[in-house]
Amino acid sequence: MTAWDILVIGAGHNGLVAACYLAKAGLKVCVVEKNDWIGGAAVSRELYPGFTYSNCSYVNSLFRPEIMRDLDLPKHGLQILPYEGGALMTEDGGYLGMFRDHDANRREIARHSKRDAEAYDRYARDVLRHCRFIRPMLMRTPPDPASFRPRDLAELAWLGKQMFGLSELAMMDMIRFWTMSIADYLDEYFENPAVKAYQAVGSIIGTALGPMSPGTAYVLLHHAMGDVDGNVGAWGYSRGGMGGVTKALTASLRAAGGEVITGAGVDRVLVKNGRSHGVVLANGDEVIARRVVSNMDVRRTFLKHVEETELPPEFVKRVKGFKTRGSSGKLNIALDGVPNFPALPKGAPNIKGDLHFTGTIEKMERAYDDWKSGHFSADPFQDCMIPTMIDPTMTPPGKHFMSCFVQYAPPKIEGRDWTDADRDAFRDACLNQIEAYAPGFKNLVLHVEVRTPRELEAEVGLTEGNIFQGELTFDQLLFNRPVPGYAQYRTPIRDLYLCGSSTHPGGGVMGAPGRNAAAEILRDMKLPAKDLSDAYPVL
Amino acid sequence: MNVLTHYETPLLQSPFHARTAAANKMHSWGNWGGYASVLTYEDLAMEHAAIRNTASVYDLCPMVKYRITGPDAAAYLNRLTVRNAAKLSVGSVHYTVWCDDAGKLEDDGTLFRLGAHDYRLCCQERHLPWLLDSAFGFDVAVREETEEVAALSLQGPTSAAALSAAGFDVTALKPFRMADFPFGRGRLMISRTGFTGDLGYELWTTPDLALNLWDHIFAAGELLGIRPIGSDALNLARLETGFVITNYDFTPAQQAVREDRARSPFEMGLDWLIDWDKGQFTGRQALLAEKAKGSKWAFVGVEIDGNISAEGAVLYHDRKTEAGVVTGACWSPTLKKSIALAQVERRFLAKGNLWAEIYALRELHYAKLMQRVRVVDRPFFAPDRRRATPPGRF
Repeated sequence: MTAWDILVIGAGHNGLVAACYLAKAGLKVCVVEKNDWIGGAAVSRELYPGFTYSNCSYVNSLFRPEIMRDLDLPKHGLQILPYEGGALMTEDGGYLGMFRDHDANRREIARHSKRDAEAYDRYARDVLRHCRFIRPMLMRTPPDPASFRPRDLAELAWLGKQMFGLSELAMMDMIRFWTMSIADYLDEYFENPAVKAYQAVGSIIGTALGPMSPGTAYVLLHHAMGDVDGNVGAWGYSRGGMGGVTKALTASLRAAGGEVITGAGVDRVLVKNGRSHGVVLANGDEVIARRVVSNMDVRRTFLKHVEETELPPEFVKRVKGFKTRGSSGKLNIALDGVPNFPALPKGAPNIKGDLHFTGTIEKMERAYDDWKSGHFSADPFQDCMIPTMIDPTMTPPGKHFMSCFVQYAPPKIEGRDWTDADRDAFRDACLNQIEAYAPGFKNLVLHVEVRTPRELEAEVGLTEGNIFQGELTFDQLLFNRPVPGYAQYRTPIRDLYLCGSSTHPGGGVMGAPGRNAAAEILRDMKLPAKDLSDAYPVL
Repeated sequence: MNVLTHYETPLLQSPFHARTAAANKMHSWGNWGGYASVLTYEDLAMEHAAIRNTASVYDLCPMVKYRITGPDAAAYLNRLTVRNAAKLSVGSVHYTVWCDDAGKLEDDGTLFRLGAHDYRLCCQERHLPWLLDSAFGFDVAVREETEEVAALSLQGPTSAAALSAAGFDVTALKPFRMADFPFGRGRLMISRTGFTGDLGYELWTTPDLALNLWDHIFAAGELLGIRPIGSDALNLARLETGFVITNYDFTPAQQAVREDRARSPFEMGLDWLIDWDKGQFTGRQALLAEKAKGSKWAFVGVEIDGNISAEGAVLYHDRKTEAGVVTGACWSPTLKKSIALAQVERRFLAKGNLWAEIYALRELHYAKLMQRVRVVDRPFFAPDRRRATPPGRF
């Protein structure tokens, strides 16, 4: 039997990023994937003939360009397409459009509020300030503030320098921003409900919090700190669907000599004397490796695939307490044609971007209220996209793929498991909402893939269906992600590492956790990290 | 039901568009504040020469305009801006700036006192939330009126003569004063203001009268060498007189992502505007502190050896230590010199010995120059005719 240097559990984007870097460093790397396809949550599958879906994640902004370049992903087929605009439709039949052009956007906002139109400069400045603060941290291992190792002290000093480089006022604003709700934050800049609701979109996605919950302002930042070719905060599509990211990563991995084995679910991680040396697959096969890297979330890794008796109880307790509360579901829809939204002007580019039907923050909060009482939202928040308005590769001409990200959907319905009937009712709530803004929409529907937290957990392996492998709240960030003392991609088991979104800097198709984990593994193996770029210095 | 055309015309057209577009032989358009604005109609050198030789017409409509009215308008503007707006007499205009609480510049602009309780503030950037928030406690109304005003700048030695020929007698109009005339079915307000440092006027009316005004002025100026000019020619003229433009020569505080990029009036050589005796105004405490402590930066006009424009050049002290940056530069056709505006760290300014690193691209190879820089007084060019009242014969 082959003995691998590195065995990665899970062929999601972070697992593949880590695998690529390690293979490039000359190690023998194998990725095992339980599904018969690669991709994890960055996956494209053809579930209806001729239609390629972005089954889970659906847009790209966060994926670090340094990684794309290090791993030569464009050469291996990755292509990111910026998209134009977007629109939020309001109950009164109106809409608020988003335009890429600054002045067109200002004029559009001015239609709703002249004041808000001119408030945008200051708002954009402040959000960008927060981005500039956090961006350099994404591709660095967080310091352990209690270790007193020289490296951690140096890293803490660096962090302190970032903080004390700010003015007193900016520092205070930063701390407020990291802890406040998006509703409160936006109230400081804007007055119009639709303007605020649009800006709040990024603050609740993937998060089991409402826009009025403290901590949601940071989630906004998490969605605003990426870029498309330097255009900070912009989002794009991966040509051919989000699976394009993991396809390119797989090609890069194979070019570096690594392997991916699909249909190979892991039963448990082999641990002996506190040290991991491989895994046992679901079919009983043992795969031996010097080091095991889990792209699964921290709860799945340690509560399902490692013997609890091998772990310190304090660690297990903290892992059990790590919040992975699912909040979202998804509809992937094959459409026979372009939906008609009467609110949008004919020919406007807005339909090529993100579409929403939640005109106020209050409405978003009411949708969250349903989640709190154990139901999916009767009147949900949706982040809808029709990437085929731009991407010609995913459907036959004239046909379309529509991705609908939906909040809120709880991991359990009133404490019990989801049933197929629940799932269908969830689907209908979403489709009915779209139908209300696009009459005739349902007649265009050829096929729908419905994914509730139940499906996300069962298929993608995301515990409770949490798309970020753990909530992005301040208590679960930086050196507290996933749990204090284990934020540097290592675990209580020697030679077992984490590389998924449960680790710093968290979720989204970013690749940074995988890259950082690879850096730590190389450090432990005393190998040079020559193929790992640092974050680009200028932002 | 939603009739919107942003996506069709991302750039707004000014009320003069029919005329500016017809005259824009080079189809050279730029984006000024969301408007399609002409960069060069036909020939930059000819357009610049018109400013200094005859009469030039520039479409001012994209300039952002706010109307401030109400019994507390003067008190409000005194609080908002650094200069004394109460001292500004009705019918007069002054140049002013305003700051944030930290004493950093948000913008500069011209303030027109149209009535005892009625002002217009013209500026480069947009500030409505700031202006509204600054109005807490004042009995004023603040309104953005950019699209409600059509304005042309008529500048150059024959501009007064052109206005006389057009039937508007401005011979008695002094610099920074306004006069009001009937025009068509409405009114035309003429102020002796401008951005060229030359004899010149700005003409203000309503959009419905815009095209009539254009035609009327061009007919009147036909024998006086009138021609439309674009932003490129205006930029040369403003550099020759040493005027600053927000976001060219400094980054306004409300947009400065990097905190250290914001500049105070001291640091932009605009502290002469500050009225310390008028009472509280936004930024006063911070500016007092800066006055006592000293400023990090200075803003200066410089002459640079050689014949190459130093746009964007890094300035060095003693050819080695980085000391500042050129924010605007040109070869001045009027002065026959290479001139520039620059932000320079004060500690280097005192020492002198400043140099500019200039790269002159000549047929795909760079001539790399290190040129001597001399700080000089602004304006670089200030002909007497700009102030003469009545205006001289050209």
